[in-house]
Amino acid sequence: MINLDSKVPEGNLTEKWMNHKFNMKLVNPANKRKFDVIVVGTGLAGAGAAATLGELGYKVKAFTYHDSSRRAHSIGAQGGINAAKDYQNDGDSIYRLFYDTIKGGDFRSREANTYRLAEVSNNIIDQCVAQGVPFAREYGGTLANRSFGGAQVSRTFYARGETGQQLLLGAYSSLNRQIKLGSVEMYHRREMLDVVVVDGKAKGITVRNLLTGEIESYAAQAVVLATGGYSNVYFLSTSAMMSNATAAWRAHKKGAAFANPCYTQIHPTCLPQHGEDQSKLVLMSESLRNDGRIWVPNIVGEKRAVNDIPESDRDYYLERRYPSFGNLAPRDISSRSAKYACDEGKGVNGGRSVYLDFADAIARIGEDAVREKYGNLFEMYENITDENPYKVPMQIYPAPHYSMGGLWVDYNLMGTIPGLFVGGEANFSDHGANRLGASALMQGLADGYFVLPYSIGNYLGDEKPEKADVNGADFKEAEESVKESSNKMLSINGKQTVDDIHRKLGKLLIDKVGMSRDEAGLKEVIKGISDLREEFWTDVKVVGNSEDINLNLERAGRVADFIELGELMAVDALDRDESCGAHFREEHQTDDGEAIRNDEEYAYVSAWEFEEPGKWNLHKEHLEFESVQLATRSYK
Amino acid sequence: MKENKINLTLKIWRQESVQTKGDFEEFKVSVSPDASILEMFDELNNNLEKEGKIPIAFESDCREGICGTCGLVINGHPHGNKTHTATCQLHMRSFKDGETIYIEPFRAKAFPVLRDLMVDREGLDIIQQAGGYISFNTGSAPDGNAIPISKETASFALDAAECIGCGACVAACKNSSAMLFVAAKVSQFALLPQGQPERYERVQKMIIAHDESGFGSCTNTYACEAECPKGISISNIARMNRDYFVSNMKLQD
Repeated sequence: MINLDSKVPEGNLTEKWMNHKFNMKLVNPANKRKFDVIVVGTGLAGAGAAATLGELGYKVKAFTYHDSSRRAHSIGAQGGINAAKDYQNDGDSIYRLFYDTIKGGDFRSREANTYRLAEVSNNIIDQCVAQGVPFAREYGGTLANRSFGGAQVSRTFYARGETGQQLLLGAYSSLNRQIKLGSVEMYHRREMLDVVVVDGKAKGITVRNLLTGEIESYAAQAVVLATGGYSNVYFLSTSAMMSNATAAWRAHKKGAAFANPCYTQIHPTCLPQHGEDQSKLVLMSESLRNDGRIWVPNIVGEKRAVNDIPESDRDYYLERRYPSFGNLAPRDISSRSAKYACDEGKGVNGGRSVYLDFADAIARIGEDAVREKYGNLFEMYENITDENPYKVPMQIYPAPHYSMGGLWVDYNLMGTIPGLFVGGEANFSDHGANRLGASALMQGLADGYFVLPYSIGNYLGDEKPEKADVNGADFKEAEESVKESSNKMLSINGKQTVDDIHRKLGKLLIDKVGMSRDEAGLKEVIKGISDLREEFWTDVKVVGNSEDINLNLERAGRVADFIELGELMAVDALDRDESCGAHFREEHQTDDGEAIRNDEEYAYVSAWEFEEPGKWNLHKEHLEFESVQLATRSYK
Repeated sequence: MKENKINLTLKIWRQESVQTKGDFEEFKVSVSPDASILEMFDELNNNLEKEGKIPIAFESDCREGICGTCGLVINGHPHGNKTHTATCQLHMRSFKDGETIYIEPFRAKAFPVLRDLMVDREGLDIIQQAGGYISFNTGSAPDGNAIPISKETASFALDAAECIGCGACVAACKNSSAMLFVAAKVSQFALLPQGQPERYERVQKMIIAHDESGFGSCTNTYACEAECPKGISISNIARMNRDYFVSNMKLQD
């Protein structure tokens, strides 16, 4: 039976984390080396946690399926990282960052977690500067900021369009230092395929060695999953090719509740799809919306060349509908607005794009200043599309980008399996129903550097240092089930490739569980995905064998999990009979298309307990707001 | 966008494992000019899988030129002959209808071929572990604005820090040297005030790890700079050499 005790500490919102840290159990420094902690994933949350736990003296084993821990997809984040430094003297504060984040998430996140995120945001910037992260600077030598969606202050720190890369390489460098010092053992090219639960607690993991095919077991007193999000469930997304939900999903099937799976972010500024054979979508940083203006032609079927369309025939729809936030409206609203414009037939280039225009910015500050700010993004755009965005407006369209949902965790970031901690995008806790730009890097590093190292210590304070035996029955059982699943996939020898089936899943989800959803569509898609699961297990074709490098088998396992998760996304979206954040139900909107939230009935976190594929039990964590007033989100 | 496909002959390196001998295998493909070269591989592999054949092993992840996972030698050039472009950002419009393209793995003694186009680049991590960091523990940092850094210095440091660790510099070098890779990290920290305390110790440790990992010496041919997808400048190698010289003097003291 799942227990959703959020363990939010007592007391005033602003004092909860401080009090909690004081009340936490401590592990004697001499005893820390007796405790092993497994960290799966080496992105911002995983590398940050592994390095910091190593510094504290724990024995850490870190795992990645990449050839190097520097490749995790945190590296792809372009725009920046938020912090409440108020270096711009524009009225920012921890409380304002907290409020913007909880409002941006449409009041569907846990207040205490979101506040803590804002609280530690400032430490993150200090930490990264000390690591040698070359953030952008002003002429006087101080740190520079820019603006991001959903905020009216300038609080985003950045390093050109490569902020994620620089922050990840910072975390990677801290991790490398601990590897050299011997406190972290690094395991590359290992994919976690099961979490091992002994006497009700997470005590280890089962992995597949991707070079030899061997199934290996590792034991520890605590396991951290920092394995990223699940946007690749849509097949086409901005996630990296290998990003997947398998580690989180296998933990879910072992008893970890999965929360708010229907909250998936479709990012407004991505490059449109170029053709049927495409396997990946590319994001353009949201920072472009600082200076770019988004518009579509006013006339359906506009034939004139883009630069010949006069101002009077252009609809700057975000500026028109949301005059106070304009082009910096939050992502969910911007994406949905683009979809509406295209649904009305005003989309350009075959109907599935809108313009992002820099002509005004170039006229105002000059081409060189625009190049200085966004040069590498413009180059990337030109390289992919063969069009010069300094001369003609960019074309953009929304694409799946981030998953707010994830494994349920309490205030200590521990899931419903004791000893199993979840950090970064893999958990559900801080962003509610929509994440604001530049908040993912903040959350990953907050969890990794400043939350998990404390809360894991608190957990281990009550644990005995004896490790489980990797030859024990629970480990053997996990190994057997992993082997059996691989052998089954290899033996089906059907007609469809893994990609064929994944594409079908993606199509079902983007149409019915994408930017807008309705009851009939969701019911239809639940059936469709359930049938697809059957199709996979009877008609998939996976070549090669399991005792060797087999990239086809790796993808097959991930897609099998995506199919089950995709069904749960639809089940969750059907249950949530309201519109909130990125979850927009057609049935619940105002006359002018704004979301209608239902706080009376739906101010809860949906935590799903796995029973069998296609069958879940819903548990609800009611969200309590002590500090903020639930308001209708308005960016007008 | 255009939908006129181009026809190409691909000669792709196939190799079962590090122990076995490899050879080129020929494939004929018809591909959209808007597709990236890795999307062409995805489609080719999907067809091979459909026929029950083993797909071509290649690595890639972000497909945005930043993670450094991908890396193919295309017609003799690591990441192809387009400048400042990673393999994943190379589009098929760079090729002409009817062209034959040779595709090989990154080749270097320090990069053993694991299968087909996949190589083992662990040596690069070992170099970073030797000293590619500033030693301080989480929680001990002063305020971010406590150390002013000029815009210019921050920008130079970032120019060096942009290295994606793909190993193209090694594949491009006739000596299989990873000096551009080492110099990028050494320079980033040598330029910044935070990197000063360990500046000379760092360059020693990283160069020793470089040599021990089987990479060759730098003889200033500049091939690394020419092939680097991020345009990392060889002036970083000059800076590293200067620091290395100073560090040797300090060791003699």
